Formats: sequence, structure tokens, C-alpha cells
Amino acid sequence: MSKLISMSEAIKSFVNSGDSLIACTCMEQKIPFSAGHEIIRQGIKELTLLCPISDVLYDQMIGAGCVTRMMPAWVGNVMMGSAYNFRRAVEKNIPHPIEVIDYSNLTMACAIHAGAMGIPYMPTRSLLGSDILKGNDSLLEINSPFDKSERLCAVKALNPDVGIFHVQRADKNGSSHTWGNIGITSDAALAAKKVIIVAEEIVDSAVIESDPNRTVIPGLVVDAVVHDPFGAHPSPVQGAYNRDHKFYTDYHQQTRERDGFKRWLEEWVYGVEDRSDYCEKLGRDCLNSLKIKVSRPAVATEFGY
Amino acid sequence: MSRAQAQISMTSSPKSDYTMAELMVVAASREIKDNEIVFVGMRLPLLAFLLAKRLHAPSAVALFENGVIRESPANELLFTMGDPPNILGATMATSMITVMSLLQSGKVDVGFLGAGEVDKFGNLNSTLVIKQDGSKVRLPGSGGAADIASLAGRIVTLMDHSRKRLPERVSYLTSPGYGSGPNWREQVGLVRGGADCLITTKGILRFDSETKEAYLDTIHENIDLKEIISETGWALKTSDNLRKTSNPTDEELSVVRELDPNRFWTA
Repeated sequence: MSKLISMSEAIKSFVNSGDSLIACTCMEQKIPFSAGHEIIRQGIKELTLLCPISDVLYDQMIGAGCVTRMMPAWVGNVMMGSAYNFRRAVEKNIPHPIEVIDYSNLTMACAIHAGAMGIPYMPTRSLLGSDILKGNDSLLEINSPFDKSERLCAVKALNPDVGIFHVQRADKNGSSHTWGNIGITSDAALAAKKVIIVAEEIVDSAVIESDPNRTVIPGLVVDAVVHDPFGAHPSPVQGAYNRDHKFYTDYHQQTRERDGFKRWLEEWVYGVEDRSDYCEKLGRDCLNSLKIKVSRPAVATEFGY
Repeated sequence: MSRAQAQISMTSSPKSDYTMAELMVVAASREIKDNEIVFVGMRLPLLAFLLAKRLHAPSAVALFENGVIRESPANELLFTMGDPPNILGATMATSMITVMSLLQSGKVDVGFLGAGEVDKFGNLNSTLVIKQDGSKVRLPGSGGAADIASLAGRIVTLMDHSRKRLPERVSYLTSPGYGSGPNWREQVGLVRGGADCLITTKGILRFDSETKEAYLDTIHENIDLKEIISETGWALKTSDNLRKTSNPTDEELSVVRELDPNRFWTA
């Protein structure tokens, strides 16, 4: 069954104001920027955003006024430090107040893992004594039911309304190959109630089935598939393009003040129709400079019998 | 500074002409022993790991919380742990929960962290700083830091040294050191670990095995003891055997400059 639709259609059909959304599940790689920008253009509001580490995309959505609650382990510009829209929202209620419920990477991973497994919580030995635990109602100190002397942190399961994942290739049904570090991607795709796949390349199912160990998300949990080459720019996609470091340093300088961010948003989000328009604006030279320079394919894997 | 310039200045006056960041990288690298499993992080600790690997810890293994395990170092300078050169040639590219399982089950010897604030018991704040006028500064948050501080065998922290950054007590405890002192980790239920070493821009602090309080162990070249004491937010004790921090060797400096040729991280 083909679930292939345009980005604008996917966001319109599967993301609603008030939803909880998980993206950025690979951390600094394969961030679904093109989907986030379409959410901003469609004026979707009051989102709750979840992540382990958000490198700039969530900062843009906060600055654009789409977000009322954050459930993150880390929000910033990984290479440069602060995410200024996140700071302005927390420190000065600009553009409006947001609630922040802090996690650590492991406790976010546990919450999503429990959500994926359909169980109410997952215990961990992390965060005992940390103020993160004290400030988050979904983290509770418990004793092990098997050994009462053992203290644990119970992490409540999370099942976000929507998950959006950028992958190297998918078939039209949404079965997805991705490689490089995975972060919490597989669990998040199982935990989310609706799943949108954004793929660099759409391939025949035979390509997916030729290497089933590389399938990180099975099509049976996917609602929509969007073909959006360069959709993760400026983040990298292993084997497709490199990280655009300059874009992140420029963003850091340009968004220090609210007016600078508004200009950035006008130029790179409202000022373009979709990702192919964005790529045209970036220019062929920039795109070519980011494409892989030296091919390094893995050794072919024998599945014969 | 270009790589060529760095090499010229290095040959002209080797041991005094280094940046504070370079000294901190070298000091951090000396905290890594051969065969150790290291939760690396980015920036200066990553360079420290690569330096240790090259010089005295060739069999150390790096873990990255995004899901990367590396036995051989990446071929290029990294700006984030997800950069493609950090994936190419990795031993394993996997999920966060796999790497965090190694941490939680006690297989990680040492973790490297930075923070907005660190206090006298080695607790770290990377979440929220409340200033004296009541205004707040929101920092990016824990990331994996609180997990690493909870679960690694020992913690090495790198920090700028100032009274603001080293308060007596952190205003928000993101990542646990020794909490409020001796036995605190056991009481809250943490099963191992704790702060081992704090490398600042002025000296190296270690933690008393009885009181768990940080004390000054070595002072960096050209730094005055009075200055360190006045720039620390509590009455800092000093080692009975207080020494100067060993200068970087020519060999250490030349490797650091090869790893960060444009001094993006070590300016």
C-alpha cells in the first residue's frame, strides 16, 4: 500500500494543534527540519515537544510560537551552546511562556522504551538525588519489588501523539532503512500513535527486503511517507550529505536577538514554499559542497542459504 | 591561528606557549588509563580522549550517548558526536539504550562532563542558574550528564574557574556528585561513582576520600593561589602537597594541534 504523500499533506493530515510530538530521535543526525518548517508554516500551535537532544529545530519551533510545553533532556545548538529562542521563552516569556519538564537522555530513552513496549513504566538507577527527579512528576523513586533495599527511579511511559523520522531510504509503505547512530528512533516509532517517515530516497520493497537488519522502522507502524531530499539539512545524513556547520554558526549569530530570529524565520521558513524551494535558495554550490566526497560502502552482506 | 602558525610558535618556544584550553585537554587526557571504557562527550574531553589514545591509552574505548562505540579514533575533528566522520569506522552504531545499558550496568570506567556550575561536593548544574537579583538563566539541560554522573565509575569535569561558576552549593542539582557530603550517594541509592577530578582554568581540584570535599591539588603555571581562593565560592582547602600542574610536553602539544589544527576548540 502506498502511503506516499507531500509534506504539506502529511502535516495537515497527521499533526494537530495540542499534540505531543517526538522528532530529533537520532540526536544530531537526520533531524527532520523540513517537517518542522512545514509545521511552522501551517501555524500549528500548543505542541508538546519531546526529545533526548534537540539541535536547533525545536528552538525554531519555540521561536515561531508553536510550542507550549517542552519535555527534553537538552535543548541548544550543539556546536555553539545556547538556543536563544528556548532561553527567551523560559527566561522572558517571549514569544509566550512555555512549561519545561526536564529529563536526562537515559530517562527519556526509558520513557519511550516503556511506551514502545506497552508497559506503564521502566525502572532505572539513574537520577537518584538529582533535582531533575524532584521536578518531574513522571519520575518517581521506588524500591525494587524484588529487593526492598534497592532504590530505583521509575520512569513513566510516554506515547507521543506523533513521531517524525528522517531516514536514508523507505519503501512506499514506510518500511525504513536507516544507518549511522540510531538514538531512540526504533522505540519512538513504536511508541508514537502516528508516524511520519521523511526519506531521502523512495525505493522498491525489494531493496528493503534485501537487508532486513537495516530496517529500523517497519511499515506496519507508519501512517505517511514523504519523499524530501535534503530534508534534514543542516543536520547530516550518513552516506548522503555532511553537516552544514556554517549554517549552525550563522544561525547562532543571527538569532541572538528576537528581531534577528524573525528575519531568519521569514527568510528560511515563511519565505520558501517547501524543501525543494529551500534547496534552490541554498544553491547548487552549497548542496554540492555537502554531498559525500569519498564513497565508503559497507561490505555486502550474504543472506543466501 | 593556522596550523602552520601553530607549528612555528610551537617550535620557537615550546613549553610556555600553550593556551589554557590546550593545558586542560592535556590534563584531562592524563586522567584516562589504558584499556578504560570512557564516556567521552564533545569539545575538550573528546580531544583529551584522542590524545590519550595516541600517547598512553591506545586500547581505551569511547562511548557516545547517541549510540556510537569507537575503538579507533575518527579521522577528522568533530563538532558534534553525530558528525559522519564519527560514524565511519565506528565499532558499533546502535541505539542510545544499548550504550546507556553499558553505563547503567557498571561497565564504564570514567565519564567527562562540563557544566554551568560545580560546587564543593562536585555536584553539577547544567539546567538553571538563579542569579542574586532573582533572574534566571536557562542552560540547555542534562543531556546524558546526569546519567553519566549517576552511573559511571568516576567523573572528570572541565570548567572555567570563577566565583560564579564554583558556588558553595549549586542552585539546581542536575548531575550528582557527593550531594551534601560523605555517604550521601549511598543514602540516595546511587550504586557507584562520584566526582574524581575537577580541571579548571586555574588548577586541578580533587576530592577528599573522607569528607568528599574538593581541594586544590595543583595550580596552573602563572596562577596565584590567592586568586584561586578568591575565585572559589567556598573556603577552598589545599593539598598538603600542593604543586604546579605539569606543563604539557612538546609531544602532547603537537598531537593536540594536529587534532584541532584551526584551534576551534583550543583557542
